[in-house]
Amino acid sequence: MTARQVLVPLAAVVVFLIFWEALVWVMGWPNFRMASPSDLIPAYQKYWDLFLLMGWQTLWRTVAGLLLAVIFGTMLGMIMGFSRMMRDALYPLLVGFNAVPKATVVPIVALMFVGWHDFNTVLIAFMISFFPIAVSVSIGLSTLEPEYRDILRSLGASQSTIFWKIALPKTLPEFFGALKVSVTLAFIGTNLMEIVSPHGRGLGALFDSGKTNSDYPLMFAVLIALAFLGIVLYYIVVALEKTFAGWADRSV
Amino acid sequence: MEDLIHISAVRHTFRTASGPLPVLDGLELSVPEGGFVAVVGPSGCGKSTLTRLVAGLLIPDEGDVSVHGAKIVGPRSNVGMAFQNPVLLEWRTILQNVLLPLEIVPTKLTKAEAEARARKLLALVGLDGFEDKRPSELSGGMKQRASLCRALIHQPEVLILDEPFGALDAFTREDLWQIMHRVKAEEPFTGILITHDLRESIFLADQVVVLSGRPAKTQFVLDVPDVGVRTLDHLYSPEAAEMLNILRHQIEVAQGRAPAQVTS
Ligand SMILES: Nc1ncnc2c1ncn2[C@@H]1O[C@H](COP(=O)(O)OP(=O)(O)OP(=O)(O)O)[C@@H](O)[C@H]1O
Ligand SMILES: [Mg+2]
Repeated sequence: MTARQVLVPLAAVVVFLIFWEALVWVMGWPNFRMASPSDLIPAYQKYWDLFLLMGWQTLWRTVAGLLLAVIFGTMLGMIMGFSRMMRDALYPLLVGFNAVPKATVVPIVALMFVGWHDFNTVLIAFMISFFPIAVSVSIGLSTLEPEYRDILRSLGASQSTIFWKIALPKTLPEFFGALKVSVTLAFIGTNLMEIVSPHGRGLGALFDSGKTNSDYPLMFAVLIALAFLGIVLYYIVVALEKTFAGWADRSV
Repeated sequence: MEDLIHISAVRHTFRTASGPLPVLDGLELSVPEGGFVAVVGPSGCGKSTLTRLVAGLLIPDEGDVSVHGAKIVGPRSNVGMAFQNPVLLEWRTILQNVLLPLEIVPTKLTKAEAEARARKLLALVGLDGFEDKRPSELSGGMKQRASLCRALIHQPEVLILDEPFGALDAFTREDLWQIMHRVKAEEPFTGILITHDLRESIFLADQVVVLSGRPAKTQFVLDVPDVGVRTLDHLYSPEAAEMLNILRHQIEVAQGRAPAQVTS
């Protein structure tokens, strides 16, 4: 990474914060309408330990849900990608499942597994994020040109050799494209559970306590912390993509 | 010379969603060891299906497909294939792409020997200096040459080419024809070439087989006389014009656009 690639986005963030501060100041908004960046600093100072603790809770549960989504989504995608029949059978189910707003599932899951806070949160993060992965893997595998298969099959290669040598690497660009969507979705899932079914854990719970106590700067501070974590996770995926599917990038 | 590839009385029907589709019916084809046979025929008549039979990727409903007198019952490692689509693996360098078959087929070559052989083949087709490039950095003609090297790396007994030059412009194609002659001199193989280009068929092959429309049977066989080293000039000789005329007529018959008797 060059200095420019770091400095330009950083400058954009600074400009954004200045604009925000100026807007609140010019409009004369009180804190309960819109807190300004300068109000957030005391909020962070006051609750720093909570931010670290709950940020970590949100982070690990999101990542756990995402990992499950990767494993399950990839397996489901493989099943649907290799078998026409399974694709026809599972697709409508999958689309229907994905269409259900997860906000409605949250209370149901919370009731089903009462008391299992971590499990509930990971489950929702997983449920909301596996769909793009399953679809991308299945499309990647089912659209593999038959010639690719034939090149290896005519040499007597087994199905699993064809999968490891050709099908899997060829699907990686689509997989990472989907993972970038999923990482954001998993994050939404975790926070949904933390806010809708508060059990005192995660940044969502911190947000909720800010709401209860009318501590508006705290609420905004949580939003910014969430955005920060989201950015970090997203760029970790981008880095993984560069490492494992960098060959697909034609822009260089 | 003994026939290396022998196809007789082959019949094959695909079961499709819209009912059975007979694709081959009465296919006869023999290629002697070291021979190079071109197969031409109307679009969709079953030419690619024929290559899949020879590669062992498809077993016919009826009839016999054998190599060295042994009936083909499944894929065997001693074929090399190249298609109109070069299907190079984008995440590998050209050299790694060429080496791919040796990761599947048992080989006596050490890693260094295999690499040396790959470099030699790439040099033979004029791709020296491109070993470490990615496929995306190559032109269509160069990709096709790399794909040819990949088909030859494991010294297959049978080389199957399914319209390998079909997507290239005329000049690049003629370039590759000459490269094919060079390759054949250095790396002898027994080959089947599917093509839509009659000039290509008589320039490269020593026998041209015309298939009828679907379901395909062997309709006509033309032996191309051995004139020693072939140059592009040969394509403009009266003998070549005569052969092209006969073949064009046979294609029209296969398409059902002309009566069967030869008029010339
Ligand atoms: N696996 C398959 N299942 C069903 N039908 C098939 C299958 N493979 C080929 N066909 C059909 O069989 C016919 C012959 O196909 P084939 O690809 O062998 O033709 P071709 O002569 O190579 O055509 P082209 O000149 O366009 O390359 C076509 O109508 C095709 O749709
Ligand atoms: Mg074809």
